[in-house]
Amino acid sequence: MKKILVANRGEIASRIIRTCKKMGIETVAIYSEVDKDLPYVHEADNSVCIGAGPVSQSYLKMDKIIQIALSNQVDAIHPGYGLLSENHEFAQKVINHGLIFIGPTPETILSMGDKINARQIMKSHSIPVVSGSQLVQSEEEVLNSASEIGYPVMLKASSGGGGVGMVICENDQELLKAYSSVKKRAKLLFGNDHIFIEKYIKNARHIEVQIIGDQFGNIIHLFERDCSVQRRNQKVIEETHSPSLSDSAKCKMYEAALLAAKAVSYVNAGTVEFIVDEDENFYFLEMNTRLQVEHPITEKITGIDLVEWQIRIAQNEPLAFRQEDLKSNGHAIEFRVYAEDPVTFFPSPGKIENLKWGEGNVRIDTGYEEGNQVSHFYDPLIAKCIVSGETRNECLNIARRFFETTRISGIKTNIPLFNRILESPEFLSGDYSTNILKTLN
Amino acid sequence: MMNQVVAQMAGTVFQVLVGKGDKVEQGQIVIVLESMKMEIPLESEISGTVSEVLVQEGDFVNEGDVLVVLEA
Repeated sequence: MKKILVANRGEIASRIIRTCKKMGIETVAIYSEVDKDLPYVHEADNSVCIGAGPVSQSYLKMDKIIQIALSNQVDAIHPGYGLLSENHEFAQKVINHGLIFIGPTPETILSMGDKINARQIMKSHSIPVVSGSQLVQSEEEVLNSASEIGYPVMLKASSGGGGVGMVICENDQELLKAYSSVKKRAKLLFGNDHIFIEKYIKNARHIEVQIIGDQFGNIIHLFERDCSVQRRNQKVIEETHSPSLSDSAKCKMYEAALLAAKAVSYVNAGTVEFIVDEDENFYFLEMNTRLQVEHPITEKITGIDLVEWQIRIAQNEPLAFRQEDLKSNGHAIEFRVYAEDPVTFFPSPGKIENLKWGEGNVRIDTGYEEGNQVSHFYDPLIAKCIVSGETRNECLNIARRFFETTRISGIKTNIPLFNRILESPEFLSGDYSTNILKTLN
Repeated sequence: MMNQVVAQMAGTVFQVLVGKGDKVEQGQIVIVLESMKMEIPLESEISGTVSEVLVQEGDFVNEGDVLVVLEA
């Protein structure tokens, strides 16, 4: 590959461009009118304005993106995460125009994008899934399913993702209320109103396994990431290795993740998400058929550049390492800095008046620099700060000093929340569940 | 007694669910704001009548802006 179009924005666009530069590959960035001053626009060799601020008028315009790719004579499109990355129609269009889509096949994206279908596939390969229903199509069906499964249940949109389109229900009343609203929201956001319910597991941990497969049928895992620190079912802090999971449970999960990847003949980088209960029973949740936001912590402990291998696999190279060659070193933690109120978690868009990152050796994958506008059109993620060290304690010490000396003004950020988490006995013990932020507040 | 529904964050007005003269109950959702891929429903703090709606769907508002005025 000589030239790649990055069909994304912000920090992940910068991240992909960085690896392309290292590999001697030219880059084309696309940007909306409001993103014109962001770092990635200047970092790319060539940048093309694609439209107005709203994603429907810019980053989601498939045909326009492909047109720009063709007129710039790129070889491939990297979709990043979010936006069009898990859109099988886009992947197919890219391929139909003779370009390479850096990711799995459109068939894999389609089969894993529908959660009811994904659950079915995993079940048929003896991978544990949370007890749940098929597609529910009436109030009667949803109530019957809930009484079979037992409360509390999680009502979910089958095509949902990123924590959007799911509601916990404790009883019939709550379920009926959520049923019509989730259905409506699913239709609006994901284009279909397919919904189902799952048993809600209390005090769960959210643990995922990174996998990567080449086009020759080799699939390996790159260990787990513990993503249990969440607000609104969206991740805030991720770490690897998991501080509380036993080695035997980890190994079982790696095996299950490989089995899941093989079940769909997975090619390129992907993530198998599991929910883990208090007794270390784990259940398949979903498969993310793209690069994950928190991939840098895996890079830190393995020394592998995941974007580089995404590109190599897309250009038909075999994996250069076997499972037994892979070693993990030390510990890594990622903190997602969001433009939001640290207590209510409400978004806080605006201009970054001052930005001074803190002291210490920290990998900062940022989408913004001082003076940039954080627009209300997009996700509140401003930057990911990744600390690594030989031990978890070393990471925590680096993180404390870093955030205490970081100065951001003009917008609110969740850094005060990090400072509190870094003092929380529950977090420090490593034995925490997805409820940690609820109990902290 | 007058009461105001105020924007709790900067963003766009996604839905306006009431009009001038409408009767509302305490806790009823009157406006839905959208920002950074998140929707925030705003409720009326009182039961009463809508005396003014100051925004339209699609408008950009700042944190603290008054969106709806109510009369108890």
